[in-house]
Amino acid sequence: MEYILIIISAIFVNNVVLSRFLGLCPFFGVSKQVGTAAGMGGAVVFVMTIATIVTYLLQKYILISFNIEYMQTITFILVIAALVQLVEIILKKVSPSLYQALGIFLPLITTNCAVLGVAILAVQTDGYDLIKSTLFAMASAIGFGLALVIFAGLREQLDLSDIPKGMKGVPIAFVTAGLLALAFMGFSGIA
Amino acid sequence: MSKLKIFTKGFFAENAVFVMLLGLCPTLGTTTSAINGLGMGLATTFVLVMSNIVVSLVKRQIPDKVRIPSFIVIIASFVTIVELLMQAYVPDLYDVLGLFIPLIVVNCIILGRAEAFASKNNVIDSILDGLGMGLGFAMALTMLGAIREILGSGSIFNISIYKGDGALVFVLAPGAFIVLGYLIALINKLTKKV
Repeated sequence: MEYILIIISAIFVNNVVLSRFLGLCPFFGVSKQVGTAAGMGGAVVFVMTIATIVTYLLQKYILISFNIEYMQTITFILVIAALVQLVEIILKKVSPSLYQALGIFLPLITTNCAVLGVAILAVQTDGYDLIKSTLFAMASAIGFGLALVIFAGLREQLDLSDIPKGMKGVPIAFVTAGLLALAFMGFSGIA
Repeated sequence: MSKLKIFTKGFFAENAVFVMLLGLCPTLGTTTSAINGLGMGLATTFVLVMSNIVVSLVKRQIPDKVRIPSFIVIIASFVTIVELLMQAYVPDLYDVLGLFIPLIVVNCIILGRAEAFASKNNVIDSILDGLGMGLGFAMALTMLGAIREILGSGSIFNISIYKGDGALVFVLAPGAFIVLGYLIALINKLTKKV
């Protein structure tokens, strides 16, 4: 039950994008088409889960045991940057088809603050062990993907709509995201 | 480019938030009130100026291939300094901004300025560029924070303006997106881009 609660709360109630404001650059950057949005979502699920597992272990066995928690920011960002490169190299070798699908999105993920944000949140939350942190990261990433795909769908429709000149492009995208966030607030009662 | 222009371009012509749409996460996440926006803006300005100084000093020593990781380490060091300073001297603000302080490290504005400006220019120009960009960012955050605070809780910089609760939705997540959307539309209109 506890695990289900973590998953539901990370996907819907505390959605990374719409309620925590993380990962907004890709949210506005790669949400013009549903296809690319889904690709980005997949890549983020992959990287965020691995990054959280690695940073959780680092925090527990290195930073805390040597009493150097203040190195957290530097360590985490370097590990994530290296990890993204590593994932890219391994994927290219092991599964070329998956690499084809996710390839172009992987380098973009290093600068996705959602990955660092979720990694830090996972080690900051009291009582999260490795399993809970992993589930939390995976669910957060799914929430990110979900928001991204919904938003891309809305923007595809917006392109065809008659919008006042001054609101075209970025402004209407922000207002739409605001309404989407409003809709997601409706979930706040369930967990 | 004249020194004055290097400094002022960050406020209007190349404003990070309104024109370039960079650093959106802290922009929306921390601007629940004017004072929070200002605090976040100034913390970012400090990191931006310091990293610009160091990057422009060591630009000749860093091999081209490893420059991005090197910049990230420089930026992350200053973020850690800011984090520790804020924890010590402004603990209230530190608690409110929370997660967004370590996240200054992935703020695209800072890496962007290091790569696009400081790694090509001298120290004085880099300081001016960092100050201009940082204060322009702080200005945008304070504006957004002030509007959300006025609409959402009926006060500005914690000074009450009108009685009543205000529309809470503007302090919450949806209000952030909507206010920024209309603000950008207004700025587009004022700068006659449409």
